[in-house]
Amino acid sequence: MSAQDPLFTENENPNLQRSLVEPRALLSTILSGAAWIAAMFASIPLFSVLYGLIVRGGHRLSLEVFTELPPAGFEEGGGFGNAIVGTLVTVGIGALISIPFGIMAAIFLGELEPNGKVAYAARFCAKTLTGLPSILAGVFAYAMVVLTTGTYSAPAAGVALALLMLPTVVLTAEEAMRMVSAPMKNAAYGMGCTRSQVVWKIVLPTALPGILTGVMLAVARAAGETAPLLFTALFSSYWFVENGKADLMTPIASLSVLIYNFSGMPYDNQIELAWTASLVLVMLVLLFNILARVLGRKKV
Amino acid sequence: MKVFEEALTGEEISGPPSKSDYLMDRSFRGIAMVCAWFIIGVVGLLLWEIGYKAIPAIREYHLGFLTGTTWDVNKQVFGILPEIWGTLYSSFLALAIGGFFGVSMAIFLTQDFLPARLALVFRTIVDLLAAIPSVVYGFWGIFIVVPFIRPVADWLNAEFGWIPFFSTTLSGPGMLPASLVLAIMILPTIAAVSQDALRQVPYRIKEAAFGLGATRWEAILKVILPTASAGIFGALVLGFGRALGETMALAMLVGNSNQLSLSLFSPGNTLAALLALNFPEAGEREIPILMYAALVLLLITLAVNMIGTAIMSLSSRQMRSGK
Repeated sequence: MSAQDPLFTENENPNLQRSLVEPRALLSTILSGAAWIAAMFASIPLFSVLYGLIVRGGHRLSLEVFTELPPAGFEEGGGFGNAIVGTLVTVGIGALISIPFGIMAAIFLGELEPNGKVAYAARFCAKTLTGLPSILAGVFAYAMVVLTTGTYSAPAAGVALALLMLPTVVLTAEEAMRMVSAPMKNAAYGMGCTRSQVVWKIVLPTALPGILTGVMLAVARAAGETAPLLFTALFSSYWFVENGKADLMTPIASLSVLIYNFSGMPYDNQIELAWTASLVLVMLVLLFNILARVLGRKKV
Repeated sequence: MKVFEEALTGEEISGPPSKSDYLMDRSFRGIAMVCAWFIIGVVGLLLWEIGYKAIPAIREYHLGFLTGTTWDVNKQVFGILPEIWGTLYSSFLALAIGGFFGVSMAIFLTQDFLPARLALVFRTIVDLLAAIPSVVYGFWGIFIVVPFIRPVADWLNAEFGWIPFFSTTLSGPGMLPASLVLAIMILPTIAAVSQDALRQVPYRIKEAAFGLGATRWEAILKVILPTASAGIFGALVLGFGRALGETMALAMLVGNSNQLSLSLFSPGNTLAALLALNFPEAGEREIPILMYAALVLLLITLAVNMIGTAIMSLSSRQMRSGK
């Protein structure tokens, strides 16, 4: 900034500060304030939900609710042990179907033939499935499994949940596999690996954290789903395993359907239990979400 | 070189694949291909199952099903116009509220309003909003949202009852509480997808705006938002698609009454809620009819989602070619 510079000969320190009362600057400040308020406002529901769950659901939280069966309307006490087991069983079946198929399909999409016609079509279908209303997954499983086998059952619910988990598993696993660096794969090819050996020994181990993130997110989503269970799993007031025997082809309880059923009940005891069940369900879902996040952070 | 000699005399670390390697490779790739086809097959099967099972009802009720306003199992009269109306009305309301807050949140998180750590806090809040199961939202809506907005609704009805939107009292469940909860549920989708769109705006465009002397909000409103508009529009369409198909919160909050009303406080019904409530008790006779309703919902959501996805890919292609 020499003295010869024409811009600065008159005034050594040009004033770059904007006056705050200038209409343009004022508007900008007001809008920034509005953005803050909007963001705060959008955060209220989360805290309201969490507060409600902890205050109204927290005091019933005891060992009892995990070990006892749901009470009938006029009964005191009780719990939802069978619903927790039911949620784990149905989500487990859904995971058993969607994870192997999903990951194998992702291998094809992300690694073996990412630009083929089949890959484009499959990717499009997976993206379409992400937007599928969950109730329609239930309708599908109802038509496929319930009408065929003639009974509401855990496998029917598993099929519905698998349909909802599949796109999350496929799309995140594909993304994770695309992140695997090419030099590593080329080194393996250079040593004479076949393509499937490269997939097994290089791509899958490297992409594992990303794949697991997708799986955890899918499980978290499936655990909270209600609509597809309403007329596939129905509900049951009994244990899934009774006297050491488990009958797969019977209606099965789940946390989310329990909350739904009890929400319309006139009995305080059941409403209280529904709050506690909501708290447990949200904790379960958040646990899987946090797991997904922790796994996702360990990127190579 | 001693090292190389050792490598050569010892077991080979590289070499051409053996016969069994080839065989394994072939079958593995075959299985992977089958699984990719499996996804396509599942979507086909989904359309076929619902469509095929709906055929008897389509033959019987034709398109009059879409315009009929009564649903009476005893008289065997079925129409889903109130449900279609309720689905669209609640989704539009939710989109108006959720879209405003979602896009504001996206701007707030991407345009350097916050230090990185605080931005992470808000981002986590949005993610957690998406994680809470819809049945919990519905339950929360019944016991917290409805009692909270009821006095406001009754006051609006008493003072401004002549406006069609406020023409009824809020007896409990109704359109407004349902749409509010729905708005909260689609907010994370809209915020996440809009953030992606806003991040894709090349930085030099923003720099150019600031260089010309624009204030922060002039740059956002006149330069950044128009540049990202296609992506944000896509986000809104995807959020709308999500709202159309959302079931539990609506089944619990919308009131399940078959009526066409402009009032925000009157109960209504939606396609998804209709399915949720009627399927468990459906008899042989009603199943095809419910399948018909499911098919209508499927086609509406598929169309909306495909439009949203197409807009998204179009806008990101535009961005990339603009760079």
